[in-house]
Amino acid sequence: MLEYSRWKYLVILLVLALSVVYAVPNVFPQDPAVQVTANRGSQVDAAMKTRVDAALKKQGVPFASSEIGKDGNLLVRTATDDAQTRAADVVRDEVGSGYVVALNQASTVPGWLRAIGARPMFLGLDLRGGVHFLMQVDREAALAKRFEATAEDMRVLLRDNRIRYNSVEPGAGNTVVAVLSPGQDLSKVRPLLARDMPTYQIEATADRISVRIPQAELDKMLTDAVQQNIGTLSNRINELGVAEPIIQRQGADRIAVQLPGVQDTAQAKRILGATATLEYRGVVEGNAVEARESGNVPPEARIYNSKTIGPDGKPLPVLLNKRIITSGEQLQNATSFFDSQSGTPAVSVRLNSAGGQRMYDYTKDHVGKSMAVVYIERVPEVKLVDGKEVRTTRVNEQVISVATIQGVLNRDFQTTGLESMKEGADLALLLRAGALAAPMDFVDERTIGPSLGKENIERGLTAVAFSFVFALLFFLVYYRMFGLITCIALLINLLMVFALMSVLGATMSLPGLAGIALTVGMSVDANVLINERIREELRLGLPPQKAIAEGYERASGTILDANVTAFLAGLAMFAFGSGPLKGFGMTTMLGIATSAYTAVSVSRGIATLIYGGRKKLKSVAI
Amino acid sequence: MKPFNVFPYDSNIDFMRMRWVSLSVAFLLMVVALGAMGARGFNFALDFTGGIGVELRYEKKPDVDKVREQLASAGFHGAQVQNFGSGDDLLVRLQADGKQEAGADKASSIGDAVAKAASLAGNPAEKRSSAVISAQVGKDLAIDGIYAVLFVLVGFLGYISLRFEKKFAVAAIITTLHDVLICVGWFALSGHEFDLNVLAGILSVMGFSINDTIVVFDRVRENFRGMRADPVTILNKSVNQTLSRTVITSFVAFLSMLSLYIYGGDSLRGMAEAMIIGIIIGTVSSIFVACPLLTMGMLKVSKQDLLPKSRDEEALARRP
Repeated sequence: MLEYSRWKYLVILLVLALSVVYAVPNVFPQDPAVQVTANRGSQVDAAMKTRVDAALKKQGVPFASSEIGKDGNLLVRTATDDAQTRAADVVRDEVGSGYVVALNQASTVPGWLRAIGARPMFLGLDLRGGVHFLMQVDREAALAKRFEATAEDMRVLLRDNRIRYNSVEPGAGNTVVAVLSPGQDLSKVRPLLARDMPTYQIEATADRISVRIPQAELDKMLTDAVQQNIGTLSNRINELGVAEPIIQRQGADRIAVQLPGVQDTAQAKRILGATATLEYRGVVEGNAVEARESGNVPPEARIYNSKTIGPDGKPLPVLLNKRIITSGEQLQNATSFFDSQSGTPAVSVRLNSAGGQRMYDYTKDHVGKSMAVVYIERVPEVKLVDGKEVRTTRVNEQVISVATIQGVLNRDFQTTGLESMKEGADLALLLRAGALAAPMDFVDERTIGPSLGKENIERGLTAVAFSFVFALLFFLVYYRMFGLITCIALLINLLMVFALMSVLGATMSLPGLAGIALTVGMSVDANVLINERIREELRLGLPPQKAIAEGYERASGTILDANVTAFLAGLAMFAFGSGPLKGFGMTTMLGIATSAYTAVSVSRGIATLIYGGRKKLKSVAI
Repeated sequence: MKPFNVFPYDSNIDFMRMRWVSLSVAFLLMVVALGAMGARGFNFALDFTGGIGVELRYEKKPDVDKVREQLASAGFHGAQVQNFGSGDDLLVRLQADGKQEAGADKASSIGDAVAKAASLAGNPAEKRSSAVISAQVGKDLAIDGIYAVLFVLVGFLGYISLRFEKKFAVAAIITTLHDVLICVGWFALSGHEFDLNVLAGILSVMGFSINDTIVVFDRVRENFRGMRADPVTILNKSVNQTLSRTVITSFVAFLSMLSLYIYGGDSLRGMAEAMIIGIIIGTVSSIFVACPLLTMGMLKVSKQDLLPKSRDEEALARRP
């Protein structure tokens, strides 16, 4: 009757061993480090490592080691925070704009532990600090984008109303100027524009009509753009799986991002600032090479470079329509995969309904014609001009694939021709997270210290330890032998929570630790339920062993119901909360799951071990 | 050996007799909590309001804890001070006086005041920059919060209806909302600072409260199936039977949170406070609110509601 099968003991031992192994990385300290990853077109290799090593030695910056990790990144470890900052500066100058250089914390967990996926928990911004990025919205680019969009709106408006024009382009002083074809009626255009763009000032002279966007409107647009960028950035950080970041607007046009702990900061930095997106455009027929040589480009077309290099050593040009069919902004979902047909990495995309409709309309009318996919990326560059750092950006547009429209396309289709699987994955992530409303540049990057004082951290940790000890002591006194069993179960529970959180890459902050204390406080509930039930059965006159078995049996149902509901509350916090709330929800869920297991299974195993074998058990110390 | 006991096991307190009183008190408390939220609002912390960020440069490496002390004594409460980059720079973030986001000119003057207050003896601080910073949590937190509460309500309703009965689900949800409301109301009433940690604490009260209520309901279910008595007697008996467990669990959880409150320092105090209140209210309400609700109007349970379904009967028959 009081029995426990052997395989269940085995499971307990296995769980215990795994918990120890995966919790252990948390005791290893972390080194300040500098991480270098390659941008599109560059590579981290031994030659680059030698260059970096030499540059560091030349500048007299002490560093402990430098190695190229399995993830293809170069990691330079330093002894102090100070050396880390200096090393980062030296490395950044040495490798140039082909690489992203970021401050990082490197783990000192031995390789064999890392090989089985054991890693330490990240400590939160409050306990350990992290990295701080300051990004500035590029006003000029944001405004230019807005003017271009207004120009496109005007083109559509004119075309829809059958008014021919020579050009519609952004002009000087916040204006967009439309030059109409001779013989077009200017007086017809004015009311059209006034209707569609009521807040803009419209001026007309002879054959041209100009629309001025008021400054207030532009300011508001910039504010909205910053707000939307904050949303996009937090999406991207979420996609990267960085827990508990802080993202704040700072001043009018800056965004401060703080990321905690040891993480892939270089990857984070690249993704944060990235602007890669896709555009789908129709191919304009004609000899593109000739058009490039002569400069005689059809009015509706622009020359783009394609990926393939022509016989003259230059990229082959392609003539594409100025009108976009659809772009990354109209995307709903994207995933990367390897396309075996073309033998290249690819992304499969799903457009929103508006984008899908446009794609449908276009492909319906152009079956048999060609369509091109343009990969657009904004590459920030820092140059030294007269000893001063000058930040510029270069827009990199490349046609990655041209395909004949075989049939009508809908919302879902695939784009091939990407350079690497990593590029595919990054692009899919960026497309999913949404585009930046305005491009941004990094203006500052620092390590940042813990936001809590040393004293506060110590007090917090002591308090958490105390709260745990309180619970244990109470059990020992109140339930004696079963108190001891409960204590062992609680300790194993704690170990399991730590191990699971480490494996899942959770971020540990002080409130998170308090959350663990609370989970322990709550998880005693399962043990109390069992112990009280055993007492009750004993009072009803059941023999001790029977009472123990019955107590566990009957309490299990209650524990299940009580824990499932509490688990739901944790799940809600995890699913809908952000930052610390998310972490808190996760801790709660893990704690509930492990405490249910340890209370029902582990403590029962121990109780059986102690009381199960005795033939004549008179009384139980409970 | 005789076991230790907090409560005598044969306790037979007639909780149900005072059910009108206890429910009225619970209702009043909820009204007070809602009133306090409406009338006084919350004393939101930096996470929610945003404020001003000031970058300071010192002549030599400053003692961060000393700077924190000096800022606090100069009246900049709740200022966050962090090492910024290597060496001599600090980042200070604090709320503007008006609690709302201040203008750029105000950021500059507050920045100067902070630099003055943060200067250490023989190691003056110089303001490098100061700017208005936005709240850490977006405006969508409120919407997410509503989603989260809806999710929890639907989840509870579904699960408890499935395992118990719809009336139990409704009573449990009312009890949980009651606990959370009072907890939130306390922060409005007392004007204690409300930050993200406090919010986390309040949300976890939800888990604790439902846990407590379900344990009592579980016993009610068992007794309804096994005892021949009128519902009020059964409810009373169930509360009495679980009393010992309820008190012990809550006491241990209370001890843990008390230690956080006493020793945890500023950063954990708000959270611990939220949970201590939640634990007390949750425990009391599982006895005085949840069960009495099951005797009221539409929520009145009868034996029929819990008559074991056919497959449960088999399970019961198998029991010794």
